[in-house]
Amino acid sequence: MLSQRNPQLNKNGELIHLLSIEGLPRAVITQILDTAGTFLSVNERDVKKVPLLRGKSVFNLFFENSTRTRTTFEIAAKRLSADVINLDIARSSTAKGESLLDTIANLSAMHADMFVVRHSESGAPYLIAEHCAPHVHVVNAGDGRHAHPTQGLLDMYTIRHYKGDFTQLTVAIVGDIVNSRVARSDIHALTTLGVPEVRAVGPKTLVPGDLAGMGVRVCHDMAEGVRDADVIIMLRLQNERMSGAVLPSAGEYFKRFGLTADKLALAKPDAIVMHPGPINRGVEIDSAVADGHSSVILPQVTFGIAVRMAVMSTIAGNVA
Amino acid sequence: MKLLIRNGHLVDPASGLDTVGDLAIAGDRIVALGPVSRDFEPERTFDATGLVVAPGLVDLNARLREPGYEHEGMLESELAAAAAGGVTSLVCPPDTDPPLDEPGLVEMLKFRARKLSRCRVFPLGALTRGLAGEALTEMAELTESGCVAFSQADSSVVNTLTLQRALQYAATFGFAVWLRPQDPWLGHGVAANGAVATRLGLSGVPVAAETIALFTIFELMRVTGARVHLQRLSSAAGVELVRRAKAEGLPVTADVSINSLHLTDVDIGYFNPALRLSPPVRQQRDREALQAALADGTIDALVSDHTPVGADEKTLPFAEATPGATGLELLLGLALRWGEQCGLSLPDTLARITCEPVRVLGSAIGTLAASGGRLVQGGVADVCVFDPHERWRVDAGALASQGKHTPFAFATSGVELAGRVRATLVAGGMAYEHLG
Repeated sequence: MLSQRNPQLNKNGELIHLLSIEGLPRAVITQILDTAGTFLSVNERDVKKVPLLRGKSVFNLFFENSTRTRTTFEIAAKRLSADVINLDIARSSTAKGESLLDTIANLSAMHADMFVVRHSESGAPYLIAEHCAPHVHVVNAGDGRHAHPTQGLLDMYTIRHYKGDFTQLTVAIVGDIVNSRVARSDIHALTTLGVPEVRAVGPKTLVPGDLAGMGVRVCHDMAEGVRDADVIIMLRLQNERMSGAVLPSAGEYFKRFGLTADKLALAKPDAIVMHPGPINRGVEIDSAVADGHSSVILPQVTFGIAVRMAVMSTIAGNVA
Repeated sequence: MKLLIRNGHLVDPASGLDTVGDLAIAGDRIVALGPVSRDFEPERTFDATGLVVAPGLVDLNARLREPGYEHEGMLESELAAAAAGGVTSLVCPPDTDPPLDEPGLVEMLKFRARKLSRCRVFPLGALTRGLAGEALTEMAELTESGCVAFSQADSSVVNTLTLQRALQYAATFGFAVWLRPQDPWLGHGVAANGAVATRLGLSGVPVAAETIALFTIFELMRVTGARVHLQRLSSAAGVELVRRAKAEGLPVTADVSINSLHLTDVDIGYFNPALRLSPPVRQQRDREALQAALADGTIDALVSDHTPVGADEKTLPFAEATPGATGLELLLGLALRWGEQCGLSLPDTLARITCEPVRVLGSAIGTLAASGGRLVQGGVADVCVFDPHERWRVDAGALASQGKHTPFAFATSGVELAGRVRATLVAGGMAYEHLG
């Protein structure tokens, strides 16, 4: 009986924050990927800078630890000529008694133009976007189990780079889907871009049947899951899944759902293997596969910087 | 004080009275209704032309936040909210700080509430000491000090043997036990299991959290003979189990909250923390089953589940926000909305918030059981006068409660409801009056 406007779009349907891929029109996604393509050449130049965000202050607010994602956002912002301030809050301000919104109010008073937010709770970037000043833009750098939209977009960039067209592909996402914000963002992006078959592969504790409601085919058998796939996206398995009675051991998981050369052979001959990193060798992926010719794990990282540049420059150009 | 309420639309759900007439009050009693003798000489006359004159509302679950959480709500503000909502009797759960597990705490709460004379307050005693689910409270002593039943509030008795003993002990004295059916292990999530929780990456509470608890409770009722009132059902499957238990003849009653009656998980939208509720609101078919069950009597009463939560505890990421919403001032409007949706008559609609909750309470409320939630000659003068046609928008800032957070009010505007309370009388005294 209640209704709300999508908070990441302005009245003209333009992107002012990037909070989730869900609900983004296909044209908006495609435009970001196209923009990222133009930035890729910037990253290969001697002087790796464009002045699009000159004079702007980008605050990296990491309420949850992350080195890789924070670094790529920092590089992306600096290549757009922004001033970057890194704050590893890791919930310490909450421990000191400061609320999330007080932290945001304080940083807004320092004239921030953009917040890049990672938080352990699903939805935290929405709360920040709702309560920050109208000129401030928010980029979700991963919230709880909900979304990691820039990872989703860089995965789409990678797939488009190697496969061209989305509308003929079979994509298998393997691993801890239920707890994965990357998987959710990938699923929304893949279905929006017209991928006809997205498979979610893993044991029932990690891939419950109701995930089918997100438009994926649920597979509990690895061979069935990767057979004839064009793209295999492996997810990182967290150690706490073993203590929480979700899985018995990393060894048993690897035997059943780890990606080995044998299992990869079931996929299409030109299949690519992706992983958001950091990888657990011998847990979800065999070293031979991670380092093999099908692996595009390192190009993903390179593309990630261009995609984040595209996201930041796009939202900075639109007004609430 | 002698008061004459003139020319109102008198509605008594228990007797089916539904007619235009006068209501005469002397002291704390209704002395006449319908035609009032010319000998009655009122000190004050209240013109109720075009207004409904109904029994005062009875809310089986409203948190007052005293003692312990005075920053979120105080007795004074929350009982003012009750009066503004037409509520003349309410039951408050024991999850205060400290919990209501000692007779002295209960006596103090009753005493403070009586002094305000805005609303009758009936506390639930803690079923276990400190609500820890381990040791029994002094139920007989607590009953003498004013507790009407015993409850664990929102926590569960994890140990089934302890729950069985608590039910056995309560049954010894005929005390009712009020339980919210929720399995402690499956009930950890923050939203209902389903497509919305999956999409938003919120931890889910499966329907089985409710049904497993219901199975356990019903089995223990069969063994112990205890009378149980089930608080705030949330699922279609739960409703079905209650329907079967009632058909079997188990002494069980149940209620549902205004939130579960009107909302679904889709209303969470973009992580709106006002929708952080316990139990979580579920899907459309659950809502429809709850609405139908309240209409057919499987669910006996509608409750506000009033829980004042301060802004600091609510403007947080969804899962970190304190569960609960303000509700006392919305109970009437949301009951009328449900009644209209289900095509019920006004007396049938009002029964779920007047005489039916009184029946659930039974003899635990003493002499009030005879006439509470009713309009009868010689009965207590607990009355709610409201304008059934006046429409109003829920405006958080205008609420008397210190709890301003409700899913029915948004930043820009609130849900439009019909039914504006004009006067609330408790024991013949004017507890609230709103001039139209």
